[in-house]
Amino acid sequence: MSNSLFQYTLRLGDDLLILSHRLSEWCGHGPILEEDIALTNRALDHLGEARNLLTYAGQVEGKGRTEDALAYLRMERQFTNVKLVEQPNGDYAHTMVRSFLFDAYHLPLMQALLKSSDEQLAAIAGKAVKEATYHLRASSEWMIRFGDGTEESHQRAQTALKDLWTYTGELFEHDAVLEEMTKAGIAPDMAAVKAAWSRTVDEVLAEATLERPADGFMMTGGRKGLHSEHMGFILAEMQHVTRAYPGAEW
Amino acid sequence: MNAQEHISKDRILELLDYVKDPEIPAINVLELGVVRGVEVEADGKAIITITPTYTGCPAMDVMAADIKKELLEAGVPEVEVKMSLSPAWTTDWITDEGKRKLKEYGIAPPEKTADIRALKGEQPVVACPQCGSTNTVMLSAFGSTACKALWKCNDCLEPFDQFKCL
Repeated sequence: MSNSLFQYTLRLGDDLLILSHRLSEWCGHGPILEEDIALTNRALDHLGEARNLLTYAGQVEGKGRTEDALAYLRMERQFTNVKLVEQPNGDYAHTMVRSFLFDAYHLPLMQALLKSSDEQLAAIAGKAVKEATYHLRASSEWMIRFGDGTEESHQRAQTALKDLWTYTGELFEHDAVLEEMTKAGIAPDMAAVKAAWSRTVDEVLAEATLERPADGFMMTGGRKGLHSEHMGFILAEMQHVTRAYPGAEW
Repeated sequence: MNAQEHISKDRILELLDYVKDPEIPAINVLELGVVRGVEVEADGKAIITITPTYTGCPAMDVMAADIKKELLEAGVPEVEVKMSLSPAWTTDWITDEGKRKLKEYGIAPPEKTADIRALKGEQPVVACPQCGSTNTVMLSAFGSTACKALWKCNDCLEPFDQFKCL
């Protein structure tokens, strides 16, 4: 039980940590100053939630691992985030579509976790749900602006949707960890979360005049630690200082 | 030392008045509503419970350190600052005095979360802290710190920060 809770908390944390890292890559490169600030704010919110989750995962595991140990001293195969969040930033449409697809999942997940039988996860969700509402609103507005904007912005958003759609199946994947957590009332019913996600996607895409791609082959593996080639590069950058100077403090 | 000589809870609350939000130094931690508990133990040790505004807010670590410093310098023998996530902080906990000071500082204070527009996730009506006009427009949902959004007044043409309603 405690191992499953560790795994479950870890994967929630890993999704946010890696997405946060990806978004922080925009720092100093945003298309306009306001968006540069917006993306790094988003990255900061995700990082804060990741810190809460990884700290808790370390406590559940009971082996004395801190948030830093989990973030900086695990190998690629030990990260259990979905592949969606590790995908490269691409153009602004790819970055925003990636965030929109994640936000539309993250908000109903956090809303459902408010009722988790695990008090700490419910408390973390209580903080996260307010920020997630903000994120989804902002990324939805961008979807509409892209889709209903110029011919080029529409086409780029549609391409990004097509490229990233294959990574959305993983968000709702079932496995033994999730099943045990759902039975214990810790994790929510993911079918309900998926229904909420699907509804948001349909509503926003309709307003954005964008087409929802058909479900086909879906990527998998992230929850088992099998990642796309991009993951190693992310970790190399993220973990470099800690690995090069073990125990360094400032 | 006997119990009478310990620094009292009331005195600690007075001291916390001097601990400012490091990113918005116009208001202190009590006005911001982040202090959720003050206890003084038999040996004089003070336990202060604070709650984060935003989960990623880097100011929280600074606030915790500032609280410790303020109390230790005033003679409290030992200080522990605990972080509590639940119940989650809301902008409704910013005191009226805090909101007044925010406005004076040039930051539009948050509206009540009970505002139906906020609950539905719609844009709130925000008055310009400079001229009071409600003819304002949001430039970006995210501002210079995690807790603020960037707005512009269409009448006096000044840009301004708004404390996000949470």
